[in-house]
Amino acid sequence: MTAKALNIIVTGVGGQGNVLASQVIATAAVDSGYYVSVGETFGASQRGGSVTSHIRVSQVKPYGPLISRGDADFILGFEPLETLRTFTVYGNALSQVIMNVRPNYPLGVLLNEDKYPDIPNLTNKLMTQTQKLWVLEATELAVGVGMPVGTNMVMTGAFAGVKFLPIPLKAYETVLKGLFAGEILDLNLEAFRAGVKAVS
Amino acid sequence: MSFLSLQSNEPGRSVLMTGNEAITRGAIEAGLSYAASYPGSPTSEILANLGRLAKEYNLYAEWSVNEKIAIEEAAAASFAGLRSLCIVKQNGLNVALDSLVSIAISGVKAGMVLVVGDDPGAHSSTNEEDSRLLCKVVHIPIFEPSTPEEAKQMTIAAYELSEKFRLPVTLRCVTRISHASGNVTIGEVQNVNKVAAFAKEDRFVTHIAYHQMQEVKLAKIRQIADTLPFNTYTGPEEAKIIIIASGPSALYAGEAVSTLGLENEVGVLKLGITWPLPEKFLLKYMKQAEKVIFVEEIEPFNEDNVMALAAQHIMEIYPIQFYGQKSGHVAGPKGPGLGEMDPDIVKQSLARVLGIENKVTVVRSSLNLEMPDTPGREMAFCAGCPHRASFWAMKSAVALDGRNGVVLGDIGCYSLALMRTGWSLPKTMHAMGSSAGIANGLGKLERFGFKQPVIAVVGDSTFFHSTIPALVNARYTSATFLLVVLDNETTAMTGHQPHPGMSNNAMGEIVEGIHIEDVVKGLNLPVVIQDPYDIKGSTEAVYRLLQTEGTKVLVLRRACALVAAKASTRPRVYVNQGLCIGDDCGCNRFCSATFTCPATIWDLQKGKAMIDEVVCNRCQVCVSLCPQGAIQVEGGTDFDC
Repeated sequence: MTAKALNIIVTGVGGQGNVLASQVIATAAVDSGYYVSVGETFGASQRGGSVTSHIRVSQVKPYGPLISRGDADFILGFEPLETLRTFTVYGNALSQVIMNVRPNYPLGVLLNEDKYPDIPNLTNKLMTQTQKLWVLEATELAVGVGMPVGTNMVMTGAFAGVKFLPIPLKAYETVLKGLFAGEILDLNLEAFRAGVKAVS
Repeated sequence: MSFLSLQSNEPGRSVLMTGNEAITRGAIEAGLSYAASYPGSPTSEILANLGRLAKEYNLYAEWSVNEKIAIEEAAAASFAGLRSLCIVKQNGLNVALDSLVSIAISGVKAGMVLVVGDDPGAHSSTNEEDSRLLCKVVHIPIFEPSTPEEAKQMTIAAYELSEKFRLPVTLRCVTRISHASGNVTIGEVQNVNKVAAFAKEDRFVTHIAYHQMQEVKLAKIRQIADTLPFNTYTGPEEAKIIIIASGPSALYAGEAVSTLGLENEVGVLKLGITWPLPEKFLLKYMKQAEKVIFVEEIEPFNEDNVMALAAQHIMEIYPIQFYGQKSGHVAGPKGPGLGEMDPDIVKQSLARVLGIENKVTVVRSSLNLEMPDTPGREMAFCAGCPHRASFWAMKSAVALDGRNGVVLGDIGCYSLALMRTGWSLPKTMHAMGSSAGIANGLGKLERFGFKQPVIAVVGDSTFFHSTIPALVNARYTSATFLLVVLDNETTAMTGHQPHPGMSNNAMGEIVEGIHIEDVVKGLNLPVVIQDPYDIKGSTEAVYRLLQTEGTKVLVLRRACALVAAKASTRPRVYVNQGLCIGDDCGCNRFCSATFTCPATIWDLQKGKAMIDEVVCNRCQVCVSLCPQGAIQVEGGTDFDC
């Protein structure tokens, strides 16, 4: 790792569990000995708004909780429109992106006033403008392990799996074991591992 | 997240904590005995965690009915020799202010800390308000943490300062502290007094005679302020340009200086205590500086106070020029003092003051960004939210009534009704319980020709918080209006905290809840209870009650969909696409475009409605509203359609 902080943005829509995903990633990083700052916007998170977490990981010092525009090294996008929205503000040519392709339509789209971006087109654009893009059917993978609300763990697994942070998978699993128990733990671990597998 | 680490007995260990968790841990390490609060973002999680830890650390934690009671309770515990904590958001401080002013005059005994959560940018508030201005009026010191680690250390230091000067001390947090996370080092839990007694010689009263004492206390604290470790200076000792910042803005300032490559020219002076000011510390750096730039959230609080200090010492520090909100140099896209700070705004402001180019650090991609447009994401009631059904019923009843009825909004999830998800029905929205107060006024204007029916809308927690006095007033003065209580059996907006209507408390104990209808009946006012999911019944109830004189109450009772969904065994709701006739229907896509439930979406391929079953909470309300009867329930619906 360089002296500069690594800047990760987790983005999605309220209710997708992305705050928990960012906390798992951040805890795994702290437990692995890094300085971590997380800036979270989750006040109205359950009410259909955009929810974004900025995670900054450093070996040297604690950074502020917000990332500058154009300075995201990694974007973990739970939803295509939110991935695009975050990339256009915070992305750069060296950004790496994992994107869940399942759309969540904003009110304006349901009202037939706005047009949801064409997903194949959006994917192509991101492909050409980023250093690397992984496209995932994370929600379907979560449904596949029997936990439709487990999209966040699939995405966390995918993030852990691409090894952007030099943290062993075991560190993430240890965090999950501290958070959940019994059957819920098993389901979360299964979703996490499905995410790891999807990017390997 | 790191609830387990809150109970850590490994001093020295570094763990990830939110600012709220760090404050919780700090209070525990300081030997806290008594905590009281009313929920409000961004600080709700502190009392919630203390409630869960109450048994283990021999402390008492309470969700009080409102902030005025909460601060009075915290003062009481302090009078009796116990370290206490009161936690409020910016608006909560307004509610508590009257009592706090008096408590600061009478003084306290054991350490009493007031945590205030300000919400710059109003992420989860109706307004942005700078509580520091009020704390200055109250004559109490203000600590401002810039990281979660500092939030923990300052909480402990605040107890010591409070106890030394027998004065409440404020810890002013912004959203980017409370809801941010960072490394926090676990410390030892102090062994302080946990036995309560009101000493014979003690007296705590408000009297003009104590004003002088307050000024003496502040003058002494002003001197101590210079010695506190939380005020720091980073940069060249002889810097001609200094940035004075507090809270997370200090970190943004440091980052802006290094990104612009100005480390050898610009120093950052971080204020940890922003009232009273550490004057000698400030003057030392202002004497050599030629340019001073202020970075803070929300109002120019430090800017005003430091400039007043500078004016007093102008002969020692001249020449000097100040830049900030007042000069217009430090400003985000909306203008000075509007919205929250971030590293980009500080960089831009610094470049503006120094007349240099704001270098973009990273080469943006070939970003000929011909990217697709990104439609905004408006907030909306959750799928299955009983409020959506309630507002639809009120909208329908007001239309049926035909007298141009006025709906008055209040504070809670149902504030979202101001947006399209609630058909922008409310015509007013102010403070907690204000709808009922305003209804009291409108409800007596008949003598001036006012003919419109009035509906005041409050939530269940808001009902207990500050609506009851308005109902008493309404009964006493014969006001004509309908109070609709949207009773979703929790304090939903702030994260489902219990309230007096519920059967549990902050510490997870079972208690006897107060029924809203019993309170109303006790005032001898008529009350009707109705399930909002039953749209037809609710519409009729609202309509019927609007035809009557005097004050009356309708309780629309149905548990919050997010709570109910967790325990739900309700049957699957689906669109029978054989019955949906798409855009030929003439309903204008009622289920998705008018009723705007996030679970009813449009099948673009087939041109028909469909339900997103991952999102649907199975409330069945859309079933009764589809003109074609195309939305169906496995095994049949619960309600009369």
